[in-house]
Amino acid sequence: MNLMTRGERVFQVFLVLFITLMCAAMLYPFVHLLSVSLSTPAEAIRPGPHLYPLEFSLEAYRKTFEYGLIWIGYRNTLIRAAGGTFIALFMIALTAYPLSKRYLPHRSFYTLFIVFTMFFSGGLIPTYMLIKNIGLMDSMWVYILPVMIPTFSLLIMRNFFMEIPDELEDSAKIDGAGDFRSFVSIVLPLSKPILATVGLWQVVNHWNAWFDAMLYIQDPGKIVLQMFLRKLIVSNEAQELNAMMNQAPGVEIVTPETIKAAALMVSTLPILVVYPFIQKYFVKGILVGSLKG
Amino acid sequence: MSFGISAHNPSGGKGVIQHAMEQVAKQTPQGGLVMRKPSVWRTYRKHRGILLMLVPGLLFYVIFHYAPLYGIQLAFKDFRIMDGISGSPWVGFDHFRTLFYGSDQFPLILRNTLIISFLHIIFGFPAPIALALLFNEIRSKLFKRITQSISYLPHFLSWVVLAGLLTTILSPSEGILNYLLGLFGVEPIYFMGDPHYFRFTLVVSGIWKEIGWGTIVYLAALASVDPHLYEAGIVDGASRWKQTLHITIPSILPVIAVMLLLRIGGIMEAGFDQIFNLSNAAVSNVADILDTYVYRVGIGQFQYGLTTAVGLFKNVVGFLMLILANYAVKKMGQEGIF
Repeated sequence: MNLMTRGERVFQVFLVLFITLMCAAMLYPFVHLLSVSLSTPAEAIRPGPHLYPLEFSLEAYRKTFEYGLIWIGYRNTLIRAAGGTFIALFMIALTAYPLSKRYLPHRSFYTLFIVFTMFFSGGLIPTYMLIKNIGLMDSMWVYILPVMIPTFSLLIMRNFFMEIPDELEDSAKIDGAGDFRSFVSIVLPLSKPILATVGLWQVVNHWNAWFDAMLYIQDPGKIVLQMFLRKLIVSNEAQELNAMMNQAPGVEIVTPETIKAAALMVSTLPILVVYPFIQKYFVKGILVGSLKG
Repeated sequence: MSFGISAHNPSGGKGVIQHAMEQVAKQTPQGGLVMRKPSVWRTYRKHRGILLMLVPGLLFYVIFHYAPLYGIQLAFKDFRIMDGISGSPWVGFDHFRTLFYGSDQFPLILRNTLIISFLHIIFGFPAPIALALLFNEIRSKLFKRITQSISYLPHFLSWVVLAGLLTTILSPSEGILNYLLGLFGVEPIYFMGDPHYFRFTLVVSGIWKEIGWGTIVYLAALASVDPHLYEAGIVDGASRWKQTLHITIPSILPVIAVMLLLRIGGIMEAGFDQIFNLSNAAVSNVADILDTYVYRVGIGQFQYGLTTAVGLFKNVVGFLMLILANYAVKKMGQEGIF
């Protein structure tokens, strides 16, 4: 039954070749960067492919680790990712639960009230002024509070809650548990898969966020990792770069290329390392959301 | 532009909202035993537990999503810091007149926004569909699983990180791409700095980042195609190619149509994160879009009134486009998003 014709066999060969090439194009930039970050200055600027360093050097990493600001960025990113995800999961679940209940009075109004914000917003300037007016400027809370409930995640969680049979909760309610008790002790334990998926989205979003830091944060002690990278790589701030390279003029132990590559690797490696183990949860979440319709 | 974070919304939001609305529709009273409508007060008291749980979430939406709507009036005002939002004098449609007739700048960024958006749709939209069809033809399960996982990877990195990667890869002096082109005798190309190539760079890097992730929706649709159709096709002697053309593609056409219309609904979004991190002064004539303009002129030069007007224009057009797109989806007999 699985016999292939000659044409199909040829097609399979080309298909596998094409897909392999595509994956090489996806992975090569990371390999290149890793190789450059581990190279001596001369090796780093050699034209052509970099699969591994021909002349090996750990200096760029040493300088990166010695530079305080990247660790401040790291610490703040970890704080916002941990705190932001925890608070978001609590708020998303707490809001999704009532919305999943048929007997919630005026449920369609509240749902519309929330869904509307996905399609119409005040825009950048009004939001900026609001943040200013409520005193969140230069506060770490600005990383967490405005993105506490991503509406898409809220709707996915709500859909998940609606699939949980009411009977499971009824027994608890007969025993005198209120809505909140039943939510905490029955619904949440059953919702671990969706909590994991939504939580991972939140972690990745926090890890990658930079625009809020650029808009609202001036204090260098509250900078996040991506904002630090942006200064170093995108806006090419010479002051930052020189401070990080920290070498006497004429001595070349590291170059802007190697130091940038090392900084990029240090901040991206956590994602690259855990990615193979968690990517299936991301996909699962998308499917829960999009096939529900 | 939605503050970097929420810009990473995992998919277009199709289905979820539709589902939300359907569920709402179902809850309307179905007649029957209810004789007297209980007063709102009594219903609210009866369900106070669950309503109380909703309060923090509603507060969040009021503060962070509805309060900024109040600031929209700045689009019709001459904002003065001392007077605040409500105290500043009204100027009617002055800002809009300035935008459309005052200089060439706004028409230019509006054109850039639409051109870049169109390019993303024309080239970026079919790419994941083609890739999904290819993935679907792979016989080896393991090979398929591994290559799919690899293709999702760039989706999870920020444009800040990718800007760092791309500058290295696309560099005219050391970049691998120009090195490879050089082997064929092509002169080095400044992909990131040449206005002739920059939009091309945007489109290709956009495809590179999202092509794998974009296949998920289509792969799910492909998995749900009725296998009997293929069996019938084989009996009729249809080749794999014929099967793809006459069975597979027609089966996923509704999904493609919905995704396309939603994408067109988002025409005003040309990709702030990407452009803001990849562009530079050399290419600003071809790369400056509505969102980058609002940031630069609004936040950078304190022109709050003018740039609020730009934001309002963008939001209203975007909103209308979505409603139109949704109407078109429904006209086709498909489920819309609302």
